[in-house]
Amino acid sequence: MRLSPDEMIFWQHGFLKLNGTIVFTWGLMLVLAVGSKIITRKLSTDLKRSNWQNLLEIVVTGIEKQIEEVGLSQPQKYIGFLGTLFLFVAAASLCTIIPGYEPPTGSLSTTVALALCVFVAVPFFGIEEQGVGDYLKSYVKPTVIMLPFNIISELSRTLALAVRLFGNMMSGAMIIGILITITPFLFPIVMTMLGLLTGMVQAYIFSILAAVYIAAATRARKPKLESEAKL
Amino acid sequence: MLIDWFTVGAQALNFLILVWLMKRFLYKPILHAIDEREKRIAAELADADAKEAKAQKERDEFQHKNEEFDQQRATLLNKATDEAQAERQRLLNEARKAADALSAKRQETLRSEEHNLHQAISRRTQQEVFAIARKALTDLATTSLEERLVEVFTRRLREMDGQAKAGLGEALKTASEPAFVRSAFDLPAEQHEAIQNALNETFSAEIHVRFETAPDLISGIELTTNGQRVAWSIADYLASLEKGVDELLKEKDKPNAKAKTPSDVTPQIAKRAYELYEDRGRKDARSVQDWEKAEREIRKDEAKDEPKAEPKAEPKPKAKDEPKPKEPKPETKSQ
Repeated sequence: MRLSPDEMIFWQHGFLKLNGTIVFTWGLMLVLAVGSKIITRKLSTDLKRSNWQNLLEIVVTGIEKQIEEVGLSQPQKYIGFLGTLFLFVAAASLCTIIPGYEPPTGSLSTTVALALCVFVAVPFFGIEEQGVGDYLKSYVKPTVIMLPFNIISELSRTLALAVRLFGNMMSGAMIIGILITITPFLFPIVMTMLGLLTGMVQAYIFSILAAVYIAAATRARKPKLESEAKL
Repeated sequence: MLIDWFTVGAQALNFLILVWLMKRFLYKPILHAIDEREKRIAAELADADAKEAKAQKERDEFQHKNEEFDQQRATLLNKATDEAQAERQRLLNEARKAADALSAKRQETLRSEEHNLHQAISRRTQQEVFAIARKALTDLATTSLEERLVEVFTRRLREMDGQAKAGLGEALKTASEPAFVRSAFDLPAEQHEAIQNALNETFSAEIHVRFETAPDLISGIELTTNGQRVAWSIADYLASLEKGVDELLKEKDKPNAKAKTPSDVTPQIAKRAYELYEDRGRKDARSVQDWEKAEREIRKDEAKDEPKAEPKAEPKPKAKDEPKPKEPKPETKSQ
């Protein structure tokens, strides 16, 4: 029994290999990109628009709204990263209804990769917003004593992100696999539906957490700005 | 080992590529489309606002114009009303003037009619009076008019009161020329004598008298001497009557609405006057008084509007009670 699609190896040449995770990821990327391309190829700026365009607009504006609600005042700047995170994770779990498909997010390698991206993105956006000095100073706030804890929290939350998503996705697939062997056919269907729900929730949690981290990193300077504005 | 680090790297790369792809094909176009739409909607809203503002402005303008129009209409109406009032006033004035002119004209006509009527009355009165006189004279003529005249004249001479008599006597005595006795008709010798005698007796002197005929006396005798005159004649009566009638007519000149056409009653008055004269026994010549009394009675009857036939029933004594009638007495006039 496979624990992750990493073990599905199609081609290997030394260090380089083409496993299931990468292949399914490419598939998802292809679907997402081509689908977007097709729909956005003839966008209407009029009041009348196609249903697909409406769907995409709802999705995009929904994501935008969520980011804004978390506390990021310029959602357009972060929608590329955070929106893609959500869409990728959601699409990965949504596609589990396709037989023979295994979600790439069920692989710890993928979730770690995503977590690492967040881990890099947080200081990236933080520094972009506040500058290097201010960003680094936020680690020693309120006191220098907090520096190790801040660093630990930085690392641990990245780990938590990766493991949470991996655990949920992997467990869903595992439970279905186990249930298939020991229960009648009805249960796996129910569990698959439950897995879809879990996947959507996980996608939401993952992207929202990433947004919160970025917001925390960029918002450190905000109160000062507000006070300046008041003056 | 659950983590395959090559896969981690590949996935991270894949993810970044996906981020770029999504940005390129999904977010940018969609957001752009939304922005465009919002801009468009904003533009349309702005356009609508502008149109609304324009409409508002036009409405205001229209309202303003409407108000102006109303005002103008009101002004015109007022003007028209004023003009109509002025025209009405003018027409009224004209009508009043016309009415005034008409009434003046009518009054004038009335006055002239009245005048004519008065003239007619006076003419008729004169005629009637003359008729009465003629009748009286005719009645007298039974004995002989001249005789009676002379008789009356002599009586008058004798009855003259002291002062007049003295004055006349003095005049007659001192006259260098003889006194004239003028009569309407040629008097016979006996009458001449009678007059001469009466004069002589009255003034106790020889009076020279010359007799003359003067038809303008109508009927009567006149003694003229040295600027003094004694007369008894129908002409005097008539003159007196005319004077009285004239006075009466002057009084009647005042418009009398109640008065019926005087010509209607004139014959009645004349008749009544004659009756009064007869009642009195055809004595005295109080013709004017008789006329006035008769007229009073007739008028009273008319006012009462009663069919009382004739005021014959009037007691005689009443007539006697009246103030002493004026009658042509032998008078003295300085000439």
